[in-house]
Amino acid sequence: MRELSLHILDIAENSISAGASGIVVSVREDLKADELCLEVADNGKGMSPEMLASVLDPFTTSRLSRKVGLGIPLLKQAAEACRGFLRVESELGKGTKVTAKFQHSHIDRMPLGNLEDTFLTLLLGAPSVHWVFNYQYNQQSYRFDDAEFKEALGEIPLSDFRVIEFLSTTIHNGIAKVINITTEKGVVYANN
Amino acid sequence: MPTIKTIDDLERLREKAKKVKEMRDQTGKTQIVVGMGTVGIAAGARETLKAILTNIEEKHLSDIILRQTANIGLVGQDPVVQVTLPGAETVTYGKITPAMATRIMEEHVVQGNIVQEFQIDA
Repeated sequence: MRELSLHILDIAENSISAGASGIVVSVREDLKADELCLEVADNGKGMSPEMLASVLDPFTTSRLSRKVGLGIPLLKQAAEACRGFLRVESELGKGTKVTAKFQHSHIDRMPLGNLEDTFLTLLLGAPSVHWVFNYQYNQQSYRFDDAEFKEALGEIPLSDFRVIEFLSTTIHNGIAKVINITTEKGVVYANN
Repeated sequence: MPTIKTIDDLERLREKAKKVKEMRDQTGKTQIVVGMGTVGIAAGARETLKAILTNIEEKHLSDIILRQTANIGLVGQDPVVQVTLPGAETVTYGKITPAMATRIMEEHVVQGNIVQEFQIDA
């Protein structure tokens, strides 16, 4: 993976596969504490203690078609290479929470990358999930909750061409406001 | 249709769409699926899906059901895109870049012609 945003996408895909109806994705950048924290919390089927114990093993997967599950081990390796850690908490029938922490200034920390495209991909690719996206940069934060939009839209799909533009602009502006820099729509943030 | 700026605009859009929907056949939807497993993401599936979104937006396409799936199960073919036109068989495309996705949207989704050079056996 070239960006932390792609790792987030990957971990959230696990949550979708686990049958989650609600997923909260949070990204926190704290320059003072020199930390970058990613968190994906879902209400999916969760994992047994045995499965949880083996989840960091690259040869664990719930898929039957292919015996390679690399997502979590890859992120763990990336976090540990940057004086950070990865933690997975899970309870069968309740859900799973994956937390990854990085030293923000670490030279090996990959860029956060295009967070807005990751959010948009999740939202539009799995529209039946209730999505909440949090992005915090130092003291500023942005929260996107798709519930109000979905309520207003009713049976209109999120992938309606007019709605796509609205959602992508909403998320873009929300994130851009937090990091307080003007960027072109869709461009990777230079300071990350 | 003016650009949507507020929640109220969304509600107005909903009212309009309701009327259109009543007149239309429910089954006439095109389904597009993008493979979003770990390998797919690493191979650029997010950018491919974004290109599909951009095409829907720019070409003002409606009646499209977009889905992602964790694993289509075609090793070495990521990013994988599957297109199912109403009443037609599912067509699977492999190693689809954003530029290729644009061609699929133009030729297959809009005009109904399968882009055979990108097609793979599923």
